[in-house]
Amino acid sequence: MITLLEARNIGKRFGGLQALSDVSLTIRKGEVYGLIGPNGAGKTTFFNVLTGAYTPDGGEFVFNGAPLPSGKPHLVVAQGIARTFQNIRLFRELSALENVMAGHHIRTTANVWGILTQNKHTVEEERLTTERAYELLKYVGIERFATATAKNLSYGDQRRLEIARALATEPQLLALDEPAAGMNATETVQLKNLIEQIRGDGITVLLIEHDVKLVMGLCDRVAVLDFGRKIAEDVPAEVQKNDAVIGAYLGGGQKNAH
Amino acid sequence: MNELALAVPWLGKRNPLAARWLVIAIAIGAPIVAMMFGRTWVRVLDFALLYILLALGLNLVVGFAGLLDLGYIAFYAVGAYTAAFLASPHFDVHLPIWIVLPLAACFAATAGITLGFPVLRLRGDYLAIVTLGFGEIVRIFMNNLNYPINITNGPQGINSLDPIMLFGWDLSRNIQVTEDLAINSLFLYYYFFLACVVGSIIFIQRLQISRVGRAWAAMRDDELAAKAIGINTRNMKLLAFSLGATFGGVSGVLFGTFQGFVSPESFSLMESIAVLTMVVFGGMGNVAGAIVGAIILSALPEILRHLAVPVQNALFGHVLLDPEVLRMLLLSLAMILMMLLRPSGLIPANAKYSHIRYLKAKGVTE
Amino acid sequence: MEIFLQQIVNGLVVGSVYALVALGYTMVYGILGLINFAHGDLVMVGALTALQTMMFLMGVAPGMSPIAMLTLSLLVAIPVCMLLAFTMERLAYRPLRNAPRLAPLITAIGVSFLLQTLAMIIWGRNYHTFPQLISTTPLQPIEGVFITPIQITIIIVSALMMAGLVLLVTKTKLGRAMRATAENHRVAALMGVDTNMIIALTFVLGAALAAVAGVMFASNYGIAHYGMGFMPGLKAFTAAVLGGIGNLGGAMLGGIVLGLVESFGAGYIEHLTFGFLNSSYQDIFAFMILGLVLIFKPTGLLGERVSDRA
Repeated sequence: MITLLEARNIGKRFGGLQALSDVSLTIRKGEVYGLIGPNGAGKTTFFNVLTGAYTPDGGEFVFNGAPLPSGKPHLVVAQGIARTFQNIRLFRELSALENVMAGHHIRTTANVWGILTQNKHTVEEERLTTERAYELLKYVGIERFATATAKNLSYGDQRRLEIARALATEPQLLALDEPAAGMNATETVQLKNLIEQIRGDGITVLLIEHDVKLVMGLCDRVAVLDFGRKIAEDVPAEVQKNDAVIGAYLGGGQKNAH
Repeated sequence: MNELALAVPWLGKRNPLAARWLVIAIAIGAPIVAMMFGRTWVRVLDFALLYILLALGLNLVVGFAGLLDLGYIAFYAVGAYTAAFLASPHFDVHLPIWIVLPLAACFAATAGITLGFPVLRLRGDYLAIVTLGFGEIVRIFMNNLNYPINITNGPQGINSLDPIMLFGWDLSRNIQVTEDLAINSLFLYYYFFLACVVGSIIFIQRLQISRVGRAWAAMRDDELAAKAIGINTRNMKLLAFSLGATFGGVSGVLFGTFQGFVSPESFSLMESIAVLTMVVFGGMGNVAGAIVGAIILSALPEILRHLAVPVQNALFGHVLLDPEVLRMLLLSLAMILMMLLRPSGLIPANAKYSHIRYLKAKGVTE
Repeated sequence: MEIFLQQIVNGLVVGSVYALVALGYTMVYGILGLINFAHGDLVMVGALTALQTMMFLMGVAPGMSPIAMLTLSLLVAIPVCMLLAFTMERLAYRPLRNAPRLAPLITAIGVSFLLQTLAMIIWGRNYHTFPQLISTTPLQPIEGVFITPIQITIIIVSALMMAGLVLLVTKTKLGRAMRATAENHRVAALMGVDTNMIIALTFVLGAALAAVAGVMFASNYGIAHYGMGFMPGLKAFTAAVLGGIGNLGGAMLGGIVLGLVESFGAGYIEHLTFGFLNSSYQDIFAFMILGLVLIFKPTGLLGERVSDRA
């Protein structure tokens, strides 16, 4: 198995709160890796540090064998890591298609001069971006809403759109922050199929999720965070049996964390 | 142009092609109709076109990129003073417009970047205050840099700017076609400015439907998400800021040479606010809105001047509010009421950021 | 040395007026995250209302003592400004509380210009002489250093008002409700705080301070006119940012520091620039400070790190 991402002793502190301490984990190429833990365990903070929204206080990420730049989200995306948000964040005034096209920004190169003169490169790139975005909408199953304004889509479709937009950045690692939150049973099953399809296409998935059933059914391996520390990392079946994990979820987690 | 045509009431939706021709006809015919009411009105139209240029540039910054710039008129001043320094008897330098224009654009863009670089990573409202401060600083310098070395000639301003020479044609002179038919210089300026406006519209619409336009809109709608898809928001903001400034600078050159003199009082905060109101009133984030807003609000003071005084005289027997006060009153009310009642403006943005025609083969239509 | 001390005196006087106005900015910003552009114009409304009252009093009771006259005119100016601020919040800002962030900002600019225009309509475009009811005969506590009784009054009154405000915010139940609302509207509302009332109150309190500042400002310079509030307003905002916006102590400190910098700047600018720039450039200091603070320490002198959690 080839390692895609390695987190080495990541630490992050907010004032008096140690949100992450010494978190190390390894994600292998092609797997779906779950990150779970009780509320406030540091999962989203981990995401934010990984994707460059925050600078870690300590530790580093190694992606494809090279260290990731910290605190520069656009460089992280360029390296091949894309994310979605726990509370959906779309570009409300753009259409679904344009949202996905915006996601392709980092893989395109047209400059102001080219745009002004509409040179061959710019026109061709624009056409490809449009077609590709449409294909991605099809991929997540919402191509019929291509020209609808993003804010008018249904909740489930907005989630899908956000995933399509992330895929448009051509990531090797797709980080999903609670994608099933607020979904009903049918939508969750559809989401599960979509994630499996994404994995099938060779994209590694990092998944934060509360829906234990989804995580256990989907993930190859799971890490559990509690009070900012990793308390377990294993295949789902083993993690379910882990005493520290059960303790963390049933309360008294503080004890186990020490 | 499409957006503008679609904005035509009633006709726009029913027959876009006819609406389009109507817009073109109005744009070309307006000064001729205006001339029937007197030369003043042609002059008003010339100024309206300058305001359209300004509003288009500010709309780029405020409407597309979501950055509130309250010192926008300072870039206008940079352009106007560049023209005054490089093409007037003041320093006895007389460079042609084709050199002054790009230089002014460069200066304004540089000023934009210098100002934007440190402050663009801050929250939007700080940007508003800092740009406002910048506008005031520029004005203070314009007012006082006549001592100890006379650079700006202080509050008196600089006179006798060279007129625009276009391929050997002096735009400030009437063209004598035959013995008794002359084309007034105001017309020449009108069509020259119109060409500038049309060029700008094409440029802006190309920008809008491009990776740059989408990145701006993304940033405006959700900056965090824009970063998360790899948009370098700082660079994109700088780009918007400097392009907007360039528009300001170019308009400034045109303004200075058209008017023939520049002085600090043309570049007060009130002017920045007036241009902002045009954008807000017309509808932020769409070209048609900026244009309609600029036309209405730049013609307003002139209309007031001709209507307000006689109407008040007839009603009250004397003038209660002079037109300038009335203009300020209406501008400030427009800003407040627009935000409260119709925040998307007179012509709500229906901006397109992609060409659906590329998907025709897949059966996708608007 | 005398010049140096004189600059300190001048700086303190102007600075304490800035501080009073800055408090209004900082309170509103702390609670709503809104730069209330129109706050500076309340300074003007305060001054001009007081002027109007004084004119009236001089007409009906010419023999009235100056102190009584000043007090009475303040008693008119303060409620007028408070009422105006209340109306402003209710009609222009409250409906926009959940609007996109540019909307309230643009409205605030509109309100500022509306106030100036209305003042222009009511009081005209001219500069009015403002009666200097407190003596302006300079005293000389130290040889060569001058301070007028009105300046002493300004410093003392500002200090008292600021102390009062700090007590109100830190020691009373009302103050606690204000701090709670600033921290988190929704939670404060759940805890039984009438947040709408608290927000309105914040505007009104700031307006009262601005009215006093306006009267003192006009008394010091002996002049009032419709545009007099704008520059001090901007500078007071700068003071608030300099001290750390949202922080009461910061606003006061920022006001004083800005006053001193301006005073020294105006005094020494000619030497510093070898005669190239003179004191007509005084106004650029505030903006330069604003720029520098925002670049190097956006949280201000006393500001806390603003949380930017997603």
